[in-house]
Amino acid sequence: MMIGLQHYLTLSAVLFALSIAGIFINRRNLILLLMCIELMLLAVNFNFIAFSRYLGDETGQVFVFFILTVAAAEAAIGLAILVVLFRNRRSINVAELDSMKG
Amino acid sequence: MAGIFGQFTPAAPEILLLTLLCVVLVVDLFVEDEKRTVTFWASLASLAIVAWSLLATAPDTRTIIFDGSYVSDALSQVLKLMAVGVVAVGFLYARDYLRQNELMKGEYYLLGLFGLIGMMVMISANSLLTMYLGLETLSLSLYALVAFDRDSATSAESAMKYFVLGAIASGCLLYGISWIYGSLGTLQFDQITAALNARPANANDLPLWFGMAFMIVGIAFKFGAVPFHMWLPDVYQGARSPVTLYIASAPKLAALALTLRILVDGLGSLHEVWQGMIMVLAVLSLLVGNIVAIAQSNIKRMLGYSAIAHVGFILIAVFTGSGEGFAAALFYTLTYVVMAAAAFGMIILLSRQGFEAEALSDFKGLNARSPWFALIMMFCMFGMAGVPPWVGFFAKLNVIAAVLEAGFPALAVLMVLASVVGAYYYLRVVWYMYFDKAEDRSVFQADVDTRVVLSLNGVAILALGIVPGWLMALCVQVIAAVY
Repeated sequence: MMIGLQHYLTLSAVLFALSIAGIFINRRNLILLLMCIELMLLAVNFNFIAFSRYLGDETGQVFVFFILTVAAAEAAIGLAILVVLFRNRRSINVAELDSMKG
Repeated sequence: MAGIFGQFTPAAPEILLLTLLCVVLVVDLFVEDEKRTVTFWASLASLAIVAWSLLATAPDTRTIIFDGSYVSDALSQVLKLMAVGVVAVGFLYARDYLRQNELMKGEYYLLGLFGLIGMMVMISANSLLTMYLGLETLSLSLYALVAFDRDSATSAESAMKYFVLGAIASGCLLYGISWIYGSLGTLQFDQITAALNARPANANDLPLWFGMAFMIVGIAFKFGAVPFHMWLPDVYQGARSPVTLYIASAPKLAALALTLRILVDGLGSLHEVWQGMIMVLAVLSLLVGNIVAIAQSNIKRMLGYSAIAHVGFILIAVFTGSGEGFAAALFYTLTYVVMAAAAFGMIILLSRQGFEAEALSDFKGLNARSPWFALIMMFCMFGMAGVPPWVGFFAKLNVIAAVLEAGFPALAVLMVLASVVGAYYYLRVVWYMYFDKAEDRSVFQADVDTRVVLSLNGVAILALGIVPGWLMALCVQVIAAVY
């Protein structure tokens, strides 16, 4: 069997759905949340590369480089906020992030 | 300036801002803590230079540069000038507050300037890649800005929520972009339009709709439209007041540009498909924003829900898909930003060392403490509620007229009803100020320049309402020049 565009797209959709589910189901650990966010961006990269190869157009691959760069910056800021949060609260439990309501 | 360098001219303001920002960054490094206002003045000077360069490099016609990824037109000029102005005003309001709370650190101004670059790139984006990069520059600055008070647990918590939900929004937007790219083979808005018009009548549009739905989810997240609004009240409440002021004002301009550029510049010919989704978002925002705001006792949170309701109005104006609708959306956003800046400026004015004036009850008896600033706050509230002749009334009127023109009378009725409900919680603040006894009688500590600018800002809400004609004419002209 040839591996075609639809297989890549399916894999990417599964990864994307997994990451969204991970973000909403996980109530324990913020680090896992950050990992899910990275997974989400990687799923998008998969899509871009598959389409780029299928269309024979490099724009999609260029986009992937930008996404990778932004993902690195995003992870840095996310971890920085995590450190601040841990210093103030001594906990990175998602379920405890509930001091504001209404 | 011919040849390759000529095409840099329309992007000169952004390049200049980035250069000046680097200068401010280095200057800030060498200033002692007591003289940190140097950073503030340097930032203001940079903004003044950028505003001048915007006026000086304004192209006469719509100019597309950098191989079609960047556009400079009348819309981008108006939105950028407004963004620069609002950021400058916000910086001024923030100064005394930051100094009193020992937060005068330079990061506020630097991150604010970085965010401004992101907004300007978004406003001028002509391809989905440029739009994404601008959006991330803005968002990453905002995440850091919310967490900028390092000793506050609520700030850190709201920053984390903002970060996670913002990252999901970017992910959805990107996933949508990838499907649009896959089905049309291009990222540029004009080429997307051309590809859409050229596609055969019996083509399978499912991937396109799929991508568009994801992109609209991303846009709704960034705008704070219901049901993707969860971050907004928490961020408004948890961030320090100057940060809330920043988030509540200028980024709305960029969000409008995001919506107009993607949905109208790019996917304009799919108007009938996205119309339904935008309407659901807008109606839900109007209802949830106005109703939940009534139950709030924290004024920052209340203004957060009120922002959601205002987003509903802006989205309804976009939903009509007509030139009048877009002009109304532009007018609404421009005037809303003025009102939001003044309202949060008042909250900052009432705060002082170690005290955030964020409870509604902090506004009790303001008239006895300072009749003039009670009047300014009343202008903000009347403006947001849409009481004539304050400018909010005309903003709402324009949207309702555009909706009626497009043939949706039921929506217009709903908007009027939502405004009436909304008036309740705005007028409650006015009631507190004029008919309740003050619980705290401390004197305001703001400097003269802050007071003068805040007063002008408040008076502008009334003045624009008395003579709204020129601004409306400008909006119509700008939209006519672009669409």
